[in-house]
Amino acid sequence: MQDVVLALLAKEPAHGYELRQRLVDALGPLGQALNAGQVYVTLGRLERAGLVKAKPGDQQGQRNKRVYELTAAGRERVAEWLADVSWSKVTLTDFHLKLVAAAATGLADPVALVDAQRNELLRQLREVQQLALAEPVDSPGGLLLEGVGLRLAADVRWLELCEQRWLARLDLARSERKVRR
Amino acid sequence: MSETTVLAARGLAKTYAADGVPVRAVDEVDLTIEAGETVSVMGPSGCGKSTLLHLLGGLERPDAGEIVLGGRRVDGLSETAWAVLRRRTIGFVFQAFNLVDELTAVENVELPALLVGEASGRARRRALELMERLGVAERADHLPARLSGGEAQRIAVARALINDPVLILADEPTGNLDSRATGEMLRLFADLRGRSQSLLVVTHDARVASTADRLLTMRDGAIVGHTRLDAGSPSALLRDLAGLGGEY
Repeated sequence: MQDVVLALLAKEPAHGYELRQRLVDALGPLGQALNAGQVYVTLGRLERAGLVKAKPGDQQGQRNKRVYELTAAGRERVAEWLADVSWSKVTLTDFHLKLVAAAATGLADPVALVDAQRNELLRQLREVQQLALAEPVDSPGGLLLEGVGLRLAADVRWLELCEQRWLARLDLARSERKVRR
Repeated sequence: MSETTVLAARGLAKTYAADGVPVRAVDEVDLTIEAGETVSVMGPSGCGKSTLLHLLGGLERPDAGEIVLGGRRVDGLSETAWAVLRRRTIGFVFQAFNLVDELTAVENVELPALLVGEASGRARRRALELMERLGVAERADHLPARLSGGEAQRIAVARALINDPVLILADEPTGNLDSRATGEMLRLFADLRGRSQSLLVVTHDARVASTADRLLTMRDGAIVGHTRLDAGSPSALLRDLAGLGGEY
């Protein structure tokens, strides 16, 4: 949550309610589960951590009227987040929002992020499978490794879907720009 | 290209006409495969993966580019010369198996050996040995129609291996297999590497793709990504993946 809020602020400063609306749009039906205060709580934490600040001149008391912007430290954290391909503690929602934020702000090419993530997962899967192949067939440890492998393989399938959708979306955006010119 | 290069292709291109519109199925592809190396190719459906495999195995002709197999330029070979070369040096595994319906399982497997002039007794022994390793020896006398998808695929793999090809080209080899049969196939592929046989595998299955040393990503006929998968990651990762990375 913190990372995606930061990333969405990278393009331009925004109100809390604008950020919330973007998240709701990106999450579809799951966005309903996002409670109204969550974005403000997150912004408060980010502000205390020195990663965002309210634009000067805003009424400090009324949180919903404040416009937030990234600090230099906040920018750095966004760049780190986009480049991070660790996966074991990352939820699908985290990664989905990373792609949405990357595309919305132009900070990174979502397809390149998908490629990097998929390559990393295949490397992990390779390691899991080498261990699994060294195990005798039907050993208990082999069964666990097979489960880990199947889960990684399912994630890779989803990443392929992400790749296709984002390629199609970017193609569409490109051709629309051409038409407008 | 080094002495251990089994296959090298440069500038390979193939264009089809789809509804009168030319489509570049394979667009200026360069690749090399070393002895004992496994290379996987992934990419969305229609990206040209299968066409690339067909070009490399001489099943289709490129519009442009060169192919060097075992140090010898082969892209200009006649149909007959390709057929001879294929039998001895390339093993094909297709998703659709392509078994001969009228022949039993073991007859299918030994067929390529007989075609290169192997004595029938030797060919039979070798066929049964491979089928044993793949766990399908007891199906030797069955016709393909009586085999399950997994069994038929393993028969197809045994057939591809019977002449000890230097290169195996596989197109979605686990497309019809359940998880267990896929596991057996992966074991077999791992063995190939130990025997210096090279494998180029086109697949959607991440478990298959990840057995490779290198991964090529294709999009719109071109290779857009090239990743080494054998750059071992730290073992802490495995702990996390198995859920052992948390609190004690």
